Amino acid sequence: MSEAVDNDLRNLDYEPDPYKVALESLDPAQPALFFHAAEGPYFDRLRAEDPVHLTPDNEEFGRYWSVTRYEDIKYVDMHHEIFSSEGGITISDQDEDFTLPMFIAMDPPKHDEQRKVVAPVAGPRNLATLEPTIREHVCEILDSLPIGETFNWVDRVSIELTTRMLATLFDFPFEERRKLTRWSDVATAAPGTGIVESEDQRRAELLECLEFFTGLWQERASRKEPGNDLISMLAHGQSTRDMLNRPMEYLGNLVLLIVGGNDTTRNSLSAGVLALNQNPDQYDKLRANPDLIPNMVSEIIRWQTPLAHMRRLALQDTELAGKQIKKGEKVVMWYVSGNRDPEVFDDPNAFIIDRPNARKHMSFGFGIHRCMGNRVGEMQLRIAWEEILKRYQKVEVVGEPVRNYSVFVHGYTELPVRLIGK
Amino acid sequence: MPKITFIEHNGAEHQVDAENGLSVMRAAIDNLVPGIDADCGGECSCATCHVYVDPSWMDKVGQPADREESMLDLNPERESTSRLSCQIPVTDELDGLVVRVPEFQM
Repeated sequence: MSEAVDNDLRNLDYEPDPYKVALESLDPAQPALFFHAAEGPYFDRLRAEDPVHLTPDNEEFGRYWSVTRYEDIKYVDMHHEIFSSEGGITISDQDEDFTLPMFIAMDPPKHDEQRKVVAPVAGPRNLATLEPTIREHVCEILDSLPIGETFNWVDRVSIELTTRMLATLFDFPFEERRKLTRWSDVATAAPGTGIVESEDQRRAELLECLEFFTGLWQERASRKEPGNDLISMLAHGQSTRDMLNRPMEYLGNLVLLIVGGNDTTRNSLSAGVLALNQNPDQYDKLRANPDLIPNMVSEIIRWQTPLAHMRRLALQDTELAGKQIKKGEKVVMWYVSGNRDPEVFDDPNAFIIDRPNARKHMSFGFGIHRCMGNRVGEMQLRIAWEEILKRYQKVEVVGEPVRNYSVFVHGYTELPVRLIGK
Repeated sequence: MPKITFIEHNGAEHQVDAENGLSVMRAAIDNLVPGIDADCGGECSCATCHVYVDPSWMDKVGQPADREESMLDLNPERESTSRLSCQIPVTDELDGLVVRVPEFQM
Protein backbone atom coordinates (compact mmCIF):
# COMPACT_ATOMS: atom_id res chain seq x y z
CA MET A 1 0.00 0.00 0.00
CA SER A 2 1.42 3.38 -0.95
CA GLU A 3 2.14 5.82 1.84
CA ALA A 4 -0.22 8.51 0.51
CA VAL A 5 -3.18 6.15 0.40
CA ASP A 6 -2.19 4.75 3.74
CA ASN A 7 -2.33 8.21 5.31
CA ASP A 8 -5.70 8.92 3.71
CA LEU A 9 -7.12 5.80 5.31
CA ARG A 10 -5.57 6.57 8.67
CA ASN A 11 -7.35 9.90 8.75
CA LEU A 12 -10.77 8.53 7.86
CA ASP A 13 -13.37 9.44 10.37
CA TYR A 14 -14.77 6.77 12.65
CA GLU A 15 -16.25 6.65 16.14
CA PRO A 16 -14.25 4.31 18.38
CA ASP A 17 -16.89 4.28 21.13
CA PRO A 18 -20.08 2.46 20.08
CA TYR A 19 -21.89 3.86 23.13
CA LYS A 20 -21.69 7.35 21.61
CA VAL A 21 -23.93 6.11 18.79
CA ALA A 22 -27.68 5.51 19.21
CA LEU A 23 -28.32 1.77 19.16
CA GLU A 24 -30.65 1.96 16.16
CA SER A 25 -27.96 3.80 14.18
CA LEU A 26 -25.18 1.38 15.00
CA ASP A 27 -23.61 0.22 11.75
CA PRO A 28 -20.72 -2.22 12.04
CA ALA A 29 -20.10 -2.50 8.28
CA GLN A 30 -17.59 0.35 8.16
CA PRO A 31 -14.20 -0.50 6.66
CA ALA A 32 -12.58 2.24 8.79
CA LEU A 33 -13.55 0.38 11.97
CA PHE A 34 -11.80 -2.76 10.80
CA PHE A 35 -8.81 -0.81 9.50
CA HIS A 36 -8.33 0.62 13.00
CA ALA A 37 -9.12 -2.67 14.79
CA ALA A 38 -12.03 -0.87 16.43
CA GLU A 39 -14.84 -3.23 15.42
CA GLY A 40 -14.73 -5.35 18.60
CA PRO A 41 -16.65 -3.00 20.94
CA TYR A 42 -19.35 -2.51 18.29
CA PHE A 43 -20.02 -6.23 18.22
CA ASP A 44 -19.77 -6.51 22.02
CA ARG A 45 -22.58 -3.98 22.27
CA LEU A 46 -24.71 -5.61 19.58
CA ARG A 47 -24.38 -9.09 21.10
CA ALA A 48 -25.45 -7.68 24.46
CA GLU A 49 -28.22 -5.32 23.41
CA ASP A 50 -29.48 -6.13 19.93
CA PRO A 51 -27.98 -9.40 18.72
CA VAL A 52 -29.93 -9.48 15.45
CA HIS A 53 -29.70 -5.89 14.32
CA LEU A 54 -31.06 -3.98 11.36
CA THR A 55 -29.06 -1.30 9.59
CA PRO A 56 -31.56 0.27 7.22
CA ASP A 57 -29.30 2.42 5.10
CA ASN A 58 -25.56 1.76 4.99
CA GLU A 59 -24.14 4.20 2.47
CA GLU A 60 -22.27 1.53 0.54
CA PHE A 61 -24.11 -1.70 1.27
CA GLY A 62 -27.72 -0.60 1.74
CA ARG A 63 -30.14 -2.34 4.09
CA TYR A 64 -28.81 -5.38 5.96
CA TRP A 65 -29.24 -7.44 9.12
CA SER A 66 -26.29 -8.14 11.41
CA VAL A 67 -26.32 -11.52 13.17
CA THR A 68 -23.79 -11.34 15.98
CA ARG A 69 -24.27 -14.25 18.42
CA TYR A 70 -22.65 -17.64 17.93
CA GLU A 71 -25.83 -19.72 18.07
CA ASP A 72 -27.83 -17.44 15.79
CA ILE A 73 -25.00 -17.38 13.23
CA LYS A 74 -24.83 -21.14 13.30
CA TYR A 75 -28.58 -21.35 12.79
CA VAL A 76 -28.43 -19.12 9.71
CA ASP A 77 -25.45 -21.00 8.29
CA MET A 78 -27.18 -24.36 8.71
CA HIS A 79 -30.51 -23.35 7.19
CA HIS A 80 -29.53 -22.82 3.59
CA GLU A 81 -33.12 -23.50 2.52
CA ILE A 82 -34.13 -20.24 4.26
CA PHE A 83 -30.93 -18.24 3.92
CA SER A 84 -29.62 -18.43 0.37
CA SER A 85 -26.09 -17.94 -0.90
CA GLU A 86 -27.24 -17.53 -4.49
CA GLY A 87 -25.63 -14.54 -6.16
CA GLY A 88 -23.15 -13.44 -3.53
CA ILE A 89 -21.69 -14.15 -0.12
CA THR A 90 -20.31 -10.77 0.89
CA ILE A 91 -22.23 -7.76 2.09
CA SER A 92 -21.53 -5.88 -1.13
CA ASP A 93 -23.70 -6.86 -4.08
CA GLN A 94 -22.05 -7.90 -7.30
CA ASP A 95 -22.46 -5.46 -10.19
CA GLU A 96 -25.10 -6.68 -12.57
CA ASP A 97 -22.86 -6.15 -15.58
CA PHE A 98 -19.92 -8.06 -14.05
CA THR A 99 -21.30 -11.00 -12.14
CA LEU A 100 -18.99 -13.82 -11.20
CA PRO A 101 -20.89 -17.03 -10.47
CA MET A 102 -18.98 -19.35 -8.13
CA PHE A 103 -20.06 -22.40 -6.20
CA ILE A 104 -19.78 -20.77 -2.78
CA ALA A 105 -22.42 -18.35 -4.05
CA MET A 106 -24.83 -21.02 -5.26
CA ASP A 107 -27.47 -23.13 -3.55
CA PRO A 108 -27.92 -26.88 -3.93
CA PRO A 109 -27.97 -28.78 -6.19
CA LYS A 110 -25.50 -26.85 -8.39
CA HIS A 111 -23.33 -25.92 -5.41
CA ASP A 112 -22.93 -29.56 -4.40
CA GLU A 113 -22.15 -30.72 -7.93
CA GLN A 114 -19.40 -28.18 -8.50
CA ARG A 115 -17.90 -28.35 -5.04
CA LYS A 116 -17.59 -32.11 -5.28
CA VAL A 117 -15.39 -31.78 -8.36
CA VAL A 118 -12.68 -29.76 -6.61
CA ALA A 119 -13.06 -30.94 -3.00
CA PRO A 120 -10.60 -33.85 -3.36
CA VAL A 121 -7.71 -31.41 -3.82
CA ALA A 122 -8.05 -30.54 -0.13
CA GLY A 123 -9.23 -33.98 0.87
CA PRO A 124 -7.50 -36.43 3.19
CA ARG A 125 -5.75 -38.40 0.47
CA ASN A 126 -4.13 -35.33 -1.03
CA LEU A 127 -3.21 -33.90 2.39
CA ALA A 128 -0.73 -36.64 3.13
CA THR A 129 0.97 -35.97 -0.22
CA LEU A 130 1.03 -32.23 0.40
CA GLU A 131 2.67 -32.29 3.82
CA PRO A 132 6.30 -32.76 2.69
CA THR A 133 5.83 -30.18 -0.09
CA ILE A 134 4.51 -27.62 2.38
CA ARG A 135 7.37 -28.29 4.77
CA GLU A 136 9.92 -27.88 2.01
CA HIS A 137 8.49 -24.47 1.07
CA VAL A 138 8.25 -23.36 4.69
CA CYS A 139 11.90 -24.24 5.32
CA GLU A 140 13.09 -22.56 2.14
CA ILE A 141 11.23 -19.35 2.97
CA LEU A 142 12.33 -19.23 6.61
CA ASP A 143 15.94 -20.00 5.75
CA SER A 144 16.02 -17.03 3.36
CA LEU A 145 15.06 -14.52 6.07
CA PRO A 146 17.57 -12.10 7.64
CA ILE A 147 18.24 -12.31 11.37
CA GLY A 148 18.17 -9.03 13.29
CA GLU A 149 16.86 -6.86 10.43
CA THR A 150 13.41 -5.35 10.15
CA PHE A 151 11.22 -6.69 7.34
CA ASN A 152 7.53 -7.09 6.48
CA TRP A 153 6.40 -10.53 7.70
CA VAL A 154 3.22 -10.30 5.60
CA ASP A 155 5.08 -10.05 2.34
CA ARG A 156 8.07 -12.28 2.93
CA VAL A 157 6.43 -15.10 4.85
CA SER A 158 2.61 -15.03 4.91
CA ILE A 159 2.09 -14.09 1.27
CA GLU A 160 5.03 -16.06 -0.01
CA LEU A 161 4.03 -19.30 1.69
CA THR A 162 0.34 -19.22 0.82
CA THR A 163 1.09 -18.18 -2.76
CA ARG A 164 3.49 -21.08 -3.21
CA MET A 165 0.88 -23.43 -1.82
CA LEU A 166 -1.73 -22.08 -4.19
CA ALA A 167 0.67 -22.40 -7.12
CA THR A 168 1.17 -26.03 -6.12
CA LEU A 169 -2.57 -26.74 -5.93
CA PHE A 170 -3.17 -25.12 -9.35
CA ASP A 171 0.07 -26.50 -10.81
CA PHE A 172 0.62 -22.85 -11.77
CA PRO A 173 3.88 -21.71 -13.43
CA PHE A 174 5.99 -21.27 -10.30
CA GLU A 175 8.01 -18.22 -11.36
CA GLU A 176 4.82 -16.32 -12.10
CA ARG A 177 3.17 -17.18 -8.81
CA ARG A 178 2.90 -13.58 -7.58
CA LYS A 179 0.26 -13.10 -10.26
CA LEU A 180 -1.94 -15.20 -7.98
CA THR A 181 -1.27 -12.89 -5.05
CA ARG A 182 -2.13 -9.90 -7.19
CA TRP A 183 -5.38 -11.41 -8.46
CA SER A 184 -6.35 -12.40 -4.95
CA ASP A 185 -5.86 -8.82 -3.76
CA VAL A 186 -7.62 -7.34 -6.78
CA ALA A 187 -10.62 -9.62 -6.45
CA THR A 188 -11.56 -8.38 -2.99
CA ALA A 189 -10.32 -4.79 -3.24
CA ALA A 190 -12.53 -1.75 -3.25
CA PRO A 191 -11.37 0.91 -5.75
CA GLY A 192 -9.29 3.71 -4.24
CA THR A 193 -8.00 1.74 -1.27
CA GLY A 194 -4.50 1.33 -2.56
CA ILE A 195 -4.83 -1.85 -4.60
CA VAL A 196 -6.79 -0.68 -7.64
CA GLU A 197 -7.65 2.86 -8.66
CA SER A 198 -10.95 2.13 -10.34
CA GLU A 199 -13.55 -0.54 -10.94
CA ASP A 200 -12.49 -0.57 -14.62
CA GLN A 201 -8.94 -1.42 -13.61
CA ARG A 202 -10.20 -4.17 -11.33
CA ARG A 203 -12.25 -5.77 -14.09
CA ALA A 204 -9.42 -5.47 -16.61
CA GLU A 205 -7.02 -7.27 -14.27
CA LEU A 206 -9.54 -10.00 -13.50
CA LEU A 207 -10.06 -10.55 -17.23
CA GLU A 208 -6.28 -10.97 -17.57
CA CYS A 209 -6.56 -13.61 -14.88
CA LEU A 210 -9.27 -15.36 -16.90
CA GLU A 211 -7.16 -15.22 -20.04
CA PHE A 212 -4.13 -16.70 -18.32
CA PHE A 213 -6.15 -19.50 -16.77
CA THR A 214 -7.94 -20.19 -20.06
CA GLY A 215 -4.54 -21.10 -21.44
CA LEU A 216 -3.92 -23.43 -18.51
CA TRP A 217 -7.35 -25.02 -18.95
CA GLN A 218 -6.73 -25.75 -22.63
CA GLU A 219 -3.37 -27.28 -21.86
CA ARG A 220 -4.78 -29.46 -19.02
CA ALA A 221 -7.90 -30.46 -20.96
CA SER A 222 -5.79 -31.76 -23.84
CA ARG A 223 -3.79 -34.09 -21.60
CA LYS A 224 -4.96 -37.69 -21.76
CA GLU A 225 -4.06 -38.39 -18.14
CA PRO A 226 -5.72 -35.72 -16.00
CA GLY A 227 -3.40 -34.26 -13.37
CA ASN A 228 -4.54 -33.93 -9.76
CA ASP A 229 -4.36 -30.12 -9.78
CA LEU A 230 -7.45 -27.93 -9.50
CA ILE A 231 -7.55 -26.87 -13.15
CA SER A 232 -7.32 -30.46 -14.38
CA MET A 233 -10.10 -31.41 -11.97
CA LEU A 234 -12.36 -28.69 -13.37
CA ALA A 235 -11.44 -29.43 -16.99
CA HIS A 236 -12.16 -33.14 -16.62
CA GLY A 237 -14.90 -33.14 -13.93
CA GLN A 238 -18.29 -34.25 -15.14
CA SER A 239 -20.22 -31.27 -13.75
CA THR A 240 -17.60 -28.70 -14.68
CA ARG A 241 -15.92 -29.75 -17.93
CA ASP A 242 -18.07 -27.41 -20.03
CA MET A 243 -17.39 -24.48 -17.70
CA LEU A 244 -15.01 -22.83 -20.16
CA ASN A 245 -18.11 -22.06 -22.25
CA ARG A 246 -19.23 -19.93 -19.30
CA PRO A 247 -16.09 -17.86 -18.84
CA MET A 248 -17.46 -15.67 -16.04
CA GLU A 249 -18.32 -18.79 -14.06
CA TYR A 250 -14.82 -20.13 -14.63
CA LEU A 251 -13.41 -16.79 -13.45
CA GLY A 252 -15.77 -16.77 -10.47
CA ASN A 253 -14.62 -20.18 -9.31
CA LEU A 254 -10.99 -19.23 -9.85
CA VAL A 255 -11.48 -16.15 -7.70
CA LEU A 256 -13.10 -18.32 -5.05
CA LEU A 257 -10.23 -20.80 -4.98
CA ILE A 258 -7.57 -18.08 -5.16
CA VAL A 259 -9.05 -15.93 -2.40
CA GLY A 260 -10.13 -18.92 -0.32
CA GLY A 261 -6.71 -20.48 -0.53
CA ASN A 262 -4.73 -17.33 -0.06
CA ASP A 263 -6.08 -14.45 2.01
CA THR A 264 -7.32 -16.65 4.80
CA THR A 265 -4.20 -18.60 5.64
CA ARG A 266 -2.07 -15.55 4.89
CA ASN A 267 -3.81 -13.46 7.50
CA SER A 268 -3.84 -16.22 10.07
CA LEU A 269 -0.11 -16.65 9.65
CA SER A 270 0.41 -12.95 10.33
CA ALA A 271 -2.12 -12.95 13.15
CA GLY A 272 -0.24 -15.64 15.06
CA VAL A 273 2.89 -13.51 15.18
CA LEU A 274 0.95 -10.47 16.35
CA ALA A 275 -1.08 -12.36 18.96
CA LEU A 276 1.99 -14.01 20.48
CA ASN A 277 3.73 -10.64 20.70
CA GLN A 278 0.74 -9.07 22.40
CA ASN A 279 0.63 -12.01 24.83
CA PRO A 280 4.21 -12.81 25.83
CA ASP A 281 3.01 -15.32 28.45
CA GLN A 282 1.46 -17.35 25.64
CA TYR A 283 4.71 -17.17 23.63
CA ASP A 284 6.53 -18.54 26.70
CA LYS A 285 3.95 -21.30 27.05
CA LEU A 286 4.42 -22.23 23.40
CA ARG A 287 8.22 -22.33 23.61
CA ALA A 288 7.95 -24.54 26.68
CA ASN A 289 5.47 -26.88 25.00
CA PRO A 290 5.47 -27.01 21.18
CA ASP A 291 2.88 -29.80 21.37
CA LEU A 292 0.37 -27.00 21.83
CA ILE A 293 0.83 -25.93 18.19
CA PRO A 294 -2.25 -27.72 16.75
CA ASN A 295 -4.56 -26.20 19.36
CA MET A 296 -2.86 -22.82 18.98
CA VAL A 297 -3.60 -22.97 15.25
CA SER A 298 -7.33 -23.23 16.02
CA GLU A 299 -7.04 -20.42 18.56
CA ILE A 300 -5.29 -18.19 16.01
CA ILE A 301 -8.05 -18.86 13.50
CA ARG A 302 -10.65 -18.03 16.16
CA TRP A 303 -8.88 -14.93 17.41
CA GLN A 304 -8.27 -13.53 13.95
CA THR A 305 -11.36 -14.72 12.03
CA PRO A 306 -9.67 -14.06 8.66
CA LEU A 307 -12.99 -13.60 6.87
CA ALA A 308 -15.08 -11.30 9.05
CA HIS A 309 -18.46 -12.30 7.65
CA MET A 310 -20.51 -14.21 5.13
CA ARG A 311 -23.86 -12.95 3.91
CA ARG A 312 -27.09 -14.66 2.92
CA LEU A 313 -30.40 -13.55 1.39
CA ALA A 314 -33.68 -14.52 3.06
CA LEU A 315 -35.73 -16.66 0.67
CA GLN A 316 -38.88 -16.15 2.76
CA ASP A 317 -40.17 -14.06 5.64
CA THR A 318 -38.64 -15.54 8.76
CA GLU A 319 -38.02 -14.86 12.44
CA LEU A 320 -34.62 -14.82 14.08
CA ALA A 321 -34.11 -14.01 17.76
CA GLY A 322 -37.49 -12.27 17.81
CA LYS A 323 -36.80 -10.11 14.76
CA GLN A 324 -38.89 -10.31 11.60
CA ILE A 325 -36.67 -10.68 8.57
CA LYS A 326 -38.40 -10.11 5.25
CA LYS A 327 -37.96 -12.12 2.10
CA GLY A 328 -35.11 -10.72 -0.01
CA GLU A 329 -33.29 -8.96 2.83
CA LYS A 330 -29.55 -9.32 3.34
CA VAL A 331 -28.46 -11.23 6.42
CA VAL A 332 -24.82 -10.84 7.46
CA MET A 333 -23.32 -13.50 9.71
CA TRP A 334 -20.50 -11.77 11.56
CA TYR A 335 -18.19 -14.69 12.28
CA VAL A 336 -15.77 -12.17 13.80
CA SER A 337 -18.41 -11.51 16.45
CA GLY A 338 -19.53 -15.11 16.98
CA ASN A 339 -15.92 -16.02 17.69
CA ARG A 340 -15.92 -13.50 20.56
CA ASP A 341 -19.25 -14.60 22.04
CA PRO A 342 -18.78 -15.00 25.82
CA GLU A 343 -21.64 -17.54 25.90
CA VAL A 344 -19.34 -19.95 24.06
CA PHE A 345 -15.79 -18.77 24.75
CA ASP A 346 -14.69 -17.77 28.26
CA ASP A 347 -12.78 -14.50 28.30
CA PRO A 348 -13.35 -14.32 24.54
CA ASN A 349 -10.98 -11.47 23.72
CA ALA A 350 -8.02 -13.23 25.32
CA PHE A 351 -5.63 -15.23 23.15
CA ILE A 352 -5.11 -18.53 24.96
CA ILE A 353 -3.16 -21.12 22.99
CA ASP A 354 -4.43 -24.03 25.08
CA ARG A 355 -8.04 -22.84 25.13
CA PRO A 356 -10.00 -26.09 25.52
CA ASN A 357 -12.72 -25.35 22.96
CA ALA A 358 -10.72 -23.36 20.40
CA ARG A 359 -11.80 -25.81 17.70
CA LYS A 360 -15.39 -24.64 18.13
CA HIS A 361 -14.54 -21.40 16.33
CA MET A 362 -16.81 -20.49 13.44
CA SER A 363 -14.20 -19.11 11.05
CA PHE A 364 -14.76 -22.04 8.66
CA GLY A 365 -18.52 -21.60 8.77
CA PHE A 366 -21.00 -24.42 9.39
CA GLY A 367 -23.28 -26.38 7.08
CA ILE A 368 -22.88 -27.14 3.40
CA HIS A 369 -20.66 -24.14 2.67
CA ARG A 370 -18.17 -24.99 5.41
CA CYS A 371 -14.62 -24.20 4.30
CA MET A 372 -13.37 -26.84 1.89
CA GLY A 373 -9.68 -26.10 2.46
CA ASN A 374 -9.76 -26.00 6.27
CA ARG A 375 -7.36 -28.90 6.70
CA VAL A 376 -4.87 -27.54 4.16
CA GLY A 377 -4.94 -24.18 5.92
CA GLU A 378 -4.44 -25.72 9.34
CA MET A 379 -1.62 -27.87 8.04
CA GLN A 380 0.23 -24.87 6.61
CA LEU A 381 -0.07 -23.00 9.89
CA ARG A 382 0.99 -26.00 11.95
CA ILE A 383 4.07 -26.70 9.85
CA ALA A 384 5.01 -23.01 9.72
CA TRP A 385 4.94 -22.77 13.53
CA GLU A 386 6.85 -26.02 13.99
CA GLU A 387 9.66 -24.70 11.80
CA ILE A 388 9.56 -21.17 13.25
CA LEU A 389 9.99 -22.53 16.77
CA LYS A 390 12.96 -24.64 15.70
CA ARG A 391 14.77 -21.62 14.27
CA TYR A 392 14.08 -18.51 16.31
CA GLN A 393 13.90 -17.46 19.91
CA LYS A 394 11.34 -14.89 18.86
CA VAL A 395 9.67 -13.29 15.87
CA GLU A 396 9.47 -9.82 17.36
CA VAL A 397 6.93 -7.27 16.15
CA VAL A 398 8.79 -3.95 15.96
CA GLY A 399 6.16 -1.58 14.58
CA GLU A 400 2.46 -1.04 14.14
CA PRO A 401 0.65 -3.51 11.89
CA VAL A 402 -1.35 -2.13 8.97
CA ARG A 403 -4.73 -3.78 8.53
CA ASN A 404 -6.94 -4.33 5.49
CA TYR A 405 -9.43 -1.60 4.73
CA SER A 406 -12.28 -4.09 4.39
CA VAL A 407 -15.29 -5.46 6.24
CA PHE A 408 -14.72 -8.86 4.63
CA VAL A 409 -11.02 -9.72 4.45
CA HIS A 410 -9.88 -9.34 8.05
CA GLY A 411 -6.12 -9.19 8.02
CA TYR A 412 -2.89 -7.32 7.57
CA THR A 413 -0.95 -5.72 4.75
CA GLU A 414 2.09 -4.92 6.89
CA LEU A 415 3.61 -6.42 10.00
CA PRO A 416 7.15 -5.19 10.65
CA VAL A 417 9.19 -7.80 12.49
CA ARG A 418 12.74 -8.67 13.48
CA LEU A 419 13.95 -12.20 14.06
CA ILE A 420 15.86 -13.09 17.18
CA GLY A 421 17.95 -16.21 16.58
CA LYS A 422 18.33 -19.02 19.07
CA MET B 1 -24.20 -49.81 29.24
CA PRO B 2 -23.81 -50.64 25.53
CA LYS B 3 -20.24 -51.16 24.38
CA ILE B 4 -18.95 -49.50 21.21
CA THR B 5 -15.66 -50.25 19.49
CA PHE B 6 -13.87 -47.52 17.56
CA ILE B 7 -11.08 -48.64 15.23
CA GLU B 8 -8.57 -45.95 14.36
CA HIS B 9 -7.04 -45.58 10.90
CA ASN B 10 -3.86 -47.24 12.19
CA GLY B 11 -5.83 -50.23 13.50
CA ALA B 12 -5.80 -49.27 17.18
CA GLU B 13 -9.04 -50.38 18.86
CA HIS B 14 -10.89 -48.54 21.62
CA GLN B 15 -13.81 -50.25 23.31
CA VAL B 16 -15.86 -47.80 25.37
CA ASP B 17 -18.97 -47.86 27.50
CA ALA B 18 -21.58 -45.64 25.91
CA GLU B 19 -24.51 -44.01 27.62
CA ASN B 20 -27.99 -44.65 26.25
CA GLY B 21 -29.56 -41.56 24.72
CA LEU B 22 -26.28 -39.79 24.04
CA SER B 23 -24.66 -39.97 20.61
CA VAL B 24 -21.92 -42.27 19.38
CA MET B 25 -19.85 -39.10 18.85
CA ARG B 26 -20.29 -38.19 22.54
CA ALA B 27 -19.14 -41.69 23.55
CA ALA B 28 -15.95 -41.14 21.54
CA ILE B 29 -15.27 -37.65 22.88
CA ASP B 30 -16.02 -38.56 26.51
CA ASN B 31 -13.63 -41.50 26.30
CA LEU B 32 -10.89 -39.56 24.49
CA VAL B 33 -11.01 -41.68 21.34
CA PRO B 34 -8.69 -39.97 18.83
CA GLY B 35 -9.81 -39.03 15.32
CA ILE B 36 -13.26 -37.61 16.11
CA ASP B 37 -13.11 -33.80 16.08
CA ALA B 38 -16.80 -32.87 16.42
CA ASP B 39 -16.04 -29.18 15.95
CA CYS B 40 -19.69 -28.09 15.93
CA GLY B 41 -20.50 -29.93 19.14
CA GLY B 42 -22.98 -32.39 17.68
CA GLU B 43 -25.43 -30.54 15.45
CA CYS B 44 -24.78 -32.10 12.10
CA SER B 45 -23.21 -28.91 10.80
CA CYS B 46 -19.48 -29.59 10.39
CA ALA B 47 -19.10 -33.27 9.44
CA THR B 48 -15.96 -33.73 11.57
CA CYS B 49 -17.33 -36.76 13.44
CA HIS B 50 -17.42 -38.94 10.32
CA VAL B 51 -17.20 -42.72 10.86
CA TYR B 52 -17.53 -45.82 8.71
CA VAL B 53 -20.05 -48.15 10.30
CA ASP B 54 -19.11 -51.82 10.14
CA PRO B 55 -21.28 -53.20 7.29
CA SER B 56 -22.80 -55.87 9.55
CA TRP B 57 -24.23 -53.08 11.77
CA MET B 58 -25.63 -50.90 9.01
CA ASP B 59 -29.16 -52.35 9.29
CA LYS B 60 -29.41 -51.50 12.96
CA VAL B 61 -27.73 -48.09 12.66
CA GLY B 62 -29.77 -47.06 9.63
CA GLN B 63 -29.32 -44.52 6.86
CA PRO B 64 -28.61 -40.79 7.28
CA ALA B 65 -31.48 -38.30 7.25
CA ASP B 66 -31.58 -35.42 4.75
CA ARG B 67 -29.47 -32.85 6.58
CA GLU B 68 -26.82 -35.41 7.44
CA GLU B 69 -26.89 -36.66 3.87
CA SER B 70 -26.18 -33.16 2.55
CA MET B 71 -23.15 -32.85 4.85
CA LEU B 72 -21.79 -36.33 4.11
CA ASP B 73 -22.24 -35.79 0.43
CA LEU B 74 -19.56 -33.08 0.44
CA ASN B 75 -16.89 -35.48 1.66
CA PRO B 76 -14.75 -37.03 -1.08
CA GLU B 77 -13.92 -39.93 1.27
CA ARG B 78 -17.55 -40.84 1.77
CA GLU B 79 -18.47 -44.53 1.52
CA SER B 80 -21.80 -46.36 1.53
CA THR B 81 -21.51 -47.02 5.28
CA SER B 82 -20.48 -43.43 6.16
CA ARG B 83 -22.38 -41.76 8.98
CA LEU B 84 -21.91 -38.71 11.18
CA SER B 85 -21.53 -40.19 14.63
CA CYS B 86 -23.30 -37.24 16.29
CA GLN B 87 -26.47 -38.38 14.50
CA ILE B 88 -26.42 -41.95 15.86
CA PRO B 89 -28.12 -42.17 19.28
CA VAL B 90 -26.84 -44.96 21.51
CA THR B 91 -29.42 -47.64 22.40
CA ASP B 92 -29.26 -51.15 23.87
CA GLU B 93 -29.74 -52.41 20.33
CA LEU B 94 -26.34 -51.03 19.41
CA ASP B 95 -24.47 -52.93 22.15
CA GLY B 96 -21.33 -54.26 20.41
CA LEU B 97 -21.36 -51.70 17.56
CA VAL B 98 -18.11 -51.40 15.60
CA VAL B 99 -17.17 -48.24 13.65
CA ARG B 100 -13.96 -47.23 11.88
CA VAL B 101 -12.55 -43.72 12.23
CA PRO B 102 -11.15 -42.12 9.04
CA GLU B 103 -7.54 -40.98 8.80
CA PHE B 104 -8.58 -37.30 8.66
CA GLN B 105 -11.79 -35.46 9.38
CA MET B 106 -12.75 -32.87 6.75
